Amino acid sequence: MATNPAGAPLEKPVQELDNVVIRFAGDSGDGMQLTGNQFTTESVLAGNDIGTLPDFPAEIRAPTGTLYGVSAFQVNFSNDTVYTPGDDLDALVAMNPAALKTNLGDLKPNGIVIVNTAEFNPANLRKAKYETSPLDDSTLDGYQSYRVDVTKMTTEALKSLNLPNRTVMRSRNFFALGVVSWLFNRPIEPTLEWIQTRFKRTPEIAEANTLALKGGYNLAENTELFASSYEIKPAQIAPGTYRSITGNTATAIGFVAAANKAGLPLFLGSYPITPASDVLHDLAELKNYNIYTFQAEDEISGVGAALGAAFGGAIAITTTAGPGMNLKAETVALAASVELPLIITDIQRAGPSTGMPTKPEQADLLQAMYGRHGESPVPVLAASTPADCFETAYEAVRLAVKYMTPVILLTDGFLANAAEPWLLPRFADLPDITVEFRTDPQGFFPYLRDEETLARPWVRPGTPGLEHRIGGIEKDYLTGNISYAPANHEQMARVRVRKLNLMTQDIPPTKIEGPDSGELLLVGWGSTYGSIAEAVVEAQAKGQSVSHVHLRHLNPLPADLGEVLSRFDKVLVPEMNLGQLVRLLRAEYLIDAVGLNKIQGRPFKVSEITARIDRMLEK
Amino acid sequence: MSAEATAKLTRKDFVSDQDVRWCPGCGDYAILAQVQKIFPDLGIPKENAVFISGIGCSSRFPYYMNTYGFHTIHGRAPAIATGLKISRPDLHIWLVTGDGDGLSIGGNHLIHALRRNVELKIMLFNNRIYGLTKGQYSPTSELGKVAKSTPMGSADYPINPLSLALGAEATFVARSIDVEAKHQQTTLTRAAAHKGGAFIEILQNCNVYNDGAWDSLTDKGTKADNQLLLEHGQPMIFGKNKDRGIRMNGMKPEVVPLGNGVTADDLLVHDEYDHTLAFLLSRMTPPAFPTPIGVLYSTERQTIEALMAKQLEDAVAKQGQGDMDALLNRGNVWTVK
Ligand SMILES: Cc1ncc(C[n+]2csc(CCOP(=O)(O)OP(=O)(O)O)c2C)c(N)n1
Ligand code: SF4
Repeated sequence: MATNPAGAPLEKPVQELDNVVIRFAGDSGDGMQLTGNQFTTESVLAGNDIGTLPDFPAEIRAPTGTLYGVSAFQVNFSNDTVYTPGDDLDALVAMNPAALKTNLGDLKPNGIVIVNTAEFNPANLRKAKYETSPLDDSTLDGYQSYRVDVTKMTTEALKSLNLPNRTVMRSRNFFALGVVSWLFNRPIEPTLEWIQTRFKRTPEIAEANTLALKGGYNLAENTELFASSYEIKPAQIAPGTYRSITGNTATAIGFVAAANKAGLPLFLGSYPITPASDVLHDLAELKNYNIYTFQAEDEISGVGAALGAAFGGAIAITTTAGPGMNLKAETVALAASVELPLIITDIQRAGPSTGMPTKPEQADLLQAMYGRHGESPVPVLAASTPADCFETAYEAVRLAVKYMTPVILLTDGFLANAAEPWLLPRFADLPDITVEFRTDPQGFFPYLRDEETLARPWVRPGTPGLEHRIGGIEKDYLTGNISYAPANHEQMARVRVRKLNLMTQDIPPTKIEGPDSGELLLVGWGSTYGSIAEAVVEAQAKGQSVSHVHLRHLNPLPADLGEVLSRFDKVLVPEMNLGQLVRLLRAEYLIDAVGLNKIQGRPFKVSEITARIDRMLEK
Repeated sequence: MSAEATAKLTRKDFVSDQDVRWCPGCGDYAILAQVQKIFPDLGIPKENAVFISGIGCSSRFPYYMNTYGFHTIHGRAPAIATGLKISRPDLHIWLVTGDGDGLSIGGNHLIHALRRNVELKIMLFNNRIYGLTKGQYSPTSELGKVAKSTPMGSADYPINPLSLALGAEATFVARSIDVEAKHQQTTLTRAAAHKGGAFIEILQNCNVYNDGAWDSLTDKGTKADNQLLLEHGQPMIFGKNKDRGIRMNGMKPEVVPLGNGVTADDLLVHDEYDHTLAFLLSRMTPPAFPTPIGVLYSTERQTIEALMAKQLEDAVAKQGQGDMDALLNRGNVWTVK
């Protein structure tokens, strides 16, 4: 150990960095998600802006040490605005050979890799399909590799506790977190506090994790393992109160906030499906907020029950992912026909069919737009970041009750699980949602429409004098009685579309990030926001004539969008599908928009978009 | 409560202004008439009654009741009604479905509505045929049924609606017949009074596509020999001259003639609260047995809507009324100055 003459450890130099992308990777039993989450917390408390990307295997408990059993959590932290979890890695923590094998390719040249040497035994090497140990051959050449026997050091750190080996092994992730926390100058106090609350009932585990975390931190500080540590200064962040939030939690509480604002109960009908189930879990815990969560027998029942609740006067929602969305289609068309407010949330994942359920994709847009029978227009909204799920969910409810219509809300598996800091709104400042149920029998007709919104009246069963029947059979324009009159059907089909289009009066003008005219406009929707935004900011910094529009309202599209598009020479539409929005834009505006498409179950890298921008701007 | 509801309602109050469009002679008319007849006496304010249906001839029912109504999609009415009942336990919800609607496409939802004991009064009109789609065989059609889609006779075995309902843990299971006005009235009135979900199979004649499906049970000449009218606490006697009964032979029921030493005391006595007996009755089918009519089973169990309402109440009692700002600020919160 390097010591100064007085015998105390040497003060090591600190290098300043602007931003770091780190990934924790290990076996699915290694607690990498927890480690990543704690590191995120430490980073936000250090004042950085952050973006995260959890990535876990589809298998519930994959056999240990296997390549498909690797679980990873990526954090991007910076002294500047963070848009994405980051492209390539500056640092990688690999808890076993499989984790190294599957993640090393993403590490930048000369990047930091910390490996737990204890796991590089013949059996694990074989499982990871390494012929020779990467610790002994040239695999790690060109990287700054740090080798720590995490297993042995954790055992050492916990020796005094006399714990069973299993418990000791489960503390290894905290040891690794301690090492990395020191390396990047993160405060470990928040994690120490967290350990105390989380393991209140099992003090011996709290103690083990505490000692492991401190052990890792001290090891890094006191040994010659690292020559220096790194510091990332706090970012310029707008003042206010923040919390770190995932898209699914933001979606859930967006609905709760909207129902609260409307003063109505919230009813969720849902059937478990990845990656949507967490919304059900979150809401199930909030029963004291006047929330009914109904776990249905299938998706059809989930949406059906929600529609029944909407008929009864509740704020009704259903949540699902692609395969469940198909099953709900018939009921959504019924909701469009009876004109009741209902939110259908599709947390998209890679398809078709079961596809890659834990991986994100944006390939349900056309299904959301058109995946019903007959002319059954339904508004479609998409959230762009984890925190934006809150606002978009809220907006979906606002539009649904104002216009008496089902609304489809699209998010995806990336937004669902990724977290970002969220500047907390105050409940009082959220837009009004006022619901006035019709109670006056005078001049009442079930399909008498509001002049401004074309909404029909919402009547709660139980209201005397307003008894009436609704159903999917075509009805008379006014009375709502069954009508097969040819002209009436056309009038009804057209009025349902007219109502949808009218909604543009409620949609803010298109927000253009960058100059409002120029050579190239990138148009995106959904979770690609971060990658596009960052690529565009970089391009603008290089002096390229590039702007960005990110759509929240996909149906109807904003009224001014056509005009906005016409002010740019070229339009590029990056999407995690084979070109769904680009088709809509080409059809709607007859423009020569081109697509940038990626369908790999992972978000765009900024560099992928940058490369395309450069190519499009080549003269 | 409305002024209307305090004044005594009459049958007319429950008749909507819509033309009833079933085929002349359809059994559905008789059922509609009985429902409209009993409603004024149920003490349910008109505005609190809701009729929900799926798709099929029978499912047009809600349009003809001057209450709230929702004509939904094929098979899904139980799901829609469940959501309504959970969020609005104050409503009296009746569900109208057919053998195709409720047992084919909607079989799954029906099972789950019954096991959850949602307080729905489910009337399944069984005409053993698809009416609205013009005459295909249904899941209750007999094996070998020659219908439009089965010119050589159907090759699938029928489902038994009452066995299914009992298997699904329904808390009230009964059977009645379209033309038996009085019996229908008592059965439906009992179903209405039942505290919980009720399942009533109503044998209904589709005189266009399956005329006479229930003739042996409804023809004056034969019905007494083919109907077993169930009455709680009474021995199971049937036949024109009340000369036959049901007796247990070990674990099996058998039809026995009365007399020659066999008396009513030897016969099975109906017990509505006995699930095993109810299941046994549901399995009694012609030609070996008469068809049981009446309430097969009745029990009480908490409804899902009551259990869920209680959870909401308990959550408030324990955690207080949810506070929105507290929810927004939950978890890892930090302040940037
Ligand atoms: C999703 C769907 N599939 C099929 C149909 C066509 N369909 C309407 S009613 C019906 C059968 C109705 O039979 P049943 O429930 O016995 O009612 P009945 O007409 O005999 O009263 C079918 C197959 C439909 N409307 N929707
Ligand atoms: S087809 Fe049959 S069930 Fe349908 S209305 Fe006509 S008679 Fe009644």
